[in-house]
Amino acid sequence: MTQKSKQMQVPIVQDILSANDEIALQNRETLDRTGICMVNLMASPGAGKTSLLLRTIESLRTKLRMAVIEGDIASTVDADRIAQENIPVVQINTGGQCHLDAPMLRRALHQLHLPDLDLIIVENVGNLICPVDFHLGEHLNIMIASVPEGDDKPYKYPGIFLAVDAVVINKIDLLPYVHFDLAAFRTLVTGMNPDVHIFEVSCETGVGIAPWADWLVQQTGKCQD
Amino acid sequence: MHELAITQNILKIALSHAEQAQAIRLTAINLVVGELTGFVDESIQFYFDMLSPGTPAQGARLVIRRVPARLRCRECGEEFALRPLDWKCPRCSAVGGTVLQGREFCIESIEVE
Repeated sequence: MTQKSKQMQVPIVQDILSANDEIALQNRETLDRTGICMVNLMASPGAGKTSLLLRTIESLRTKLRMAVIEGDIASTVDADRIAQENIPVVQINTGGQCHLDAPMLRRALHQLHLPDLDLIIVENVGNLICPVDFHLGEHLNIMIASVPEGDDKPYKYPGIFLAVDAVVINKIDLLPYVHFDLAAFRTLVTGMNPDVHIFEVSCETGVGIAPWADWLVQQTGKCQD
Repeated sequence: MHELAITQNILKIALSHAEQAQAIRLTAINLVVGELTGFVDESIQFYFDMLSPGTPAQGARLVIRRVPARLRCRECGEEFALRPLDWKCPRCSAVGGTVLQGREFCIESIEVE
């Protein structure tokens, strides 16, 4: 045999995000020990993540003990706004990264006093692609789709519609002014994800917030059983 | 942008397996990427070329096998490929279905010497 370098193939079959998934699982265990529900809120920039947060806080303030983890590429504008509501808020600046990941969440969870909480809402970085693949340890994935963005979003970003437990359609007060076929949108979303809950809200007027808030209370209850 | 974090993971996993196999050099990394994931081949390649120099993976080929999205209709059971802007079952016109493939994102194997 000639002394030639030996080529070989090494089978791996490992999910590329397994390292993140492992830490997400640890985060999840941390939350489950104290019976906390964590919600990962995802949307495009400007769809109304912070507005929905503020409406949700307003509705649930007397029912649940809440905290918010704010993910932003830079700045503390959103966190400052939430802090005015007198609930615990942790700001994560991703420094350019387009999504939160499980190690970032682990650090944020360390900064909260978990025994005092029922519900943590994570406002992910405004983006419909990257946050989907990075699990944080959340119990629920929620997407906000706002009416002016158009009803063809599911075609363009199928990944997020497959991954979420609920879609909140925001800015329904603008339906008379922009083209958005609610029925067609619902058909597309449920066609790909039949178990998804769909809420129609306007954070501007407050319409539809109550059923959404009730659902969150119910989901949080499941985590405390 | 998230391809940077992704590519760091790819490199890390591949290098650790190459080390376990006591390889001197990594010559290829075989990836499987489903169409329904948001990953762009060119970006992964771009970051790989940036991150791999100085490691045993320098100069390795990045082979990406794209897996097209396929659905099974929930009404009639027909299996069909997902087409852009048309999620209707070609047999019964029901919209959407159960995803059979297209969400893969893993390293299948590496080639080393």
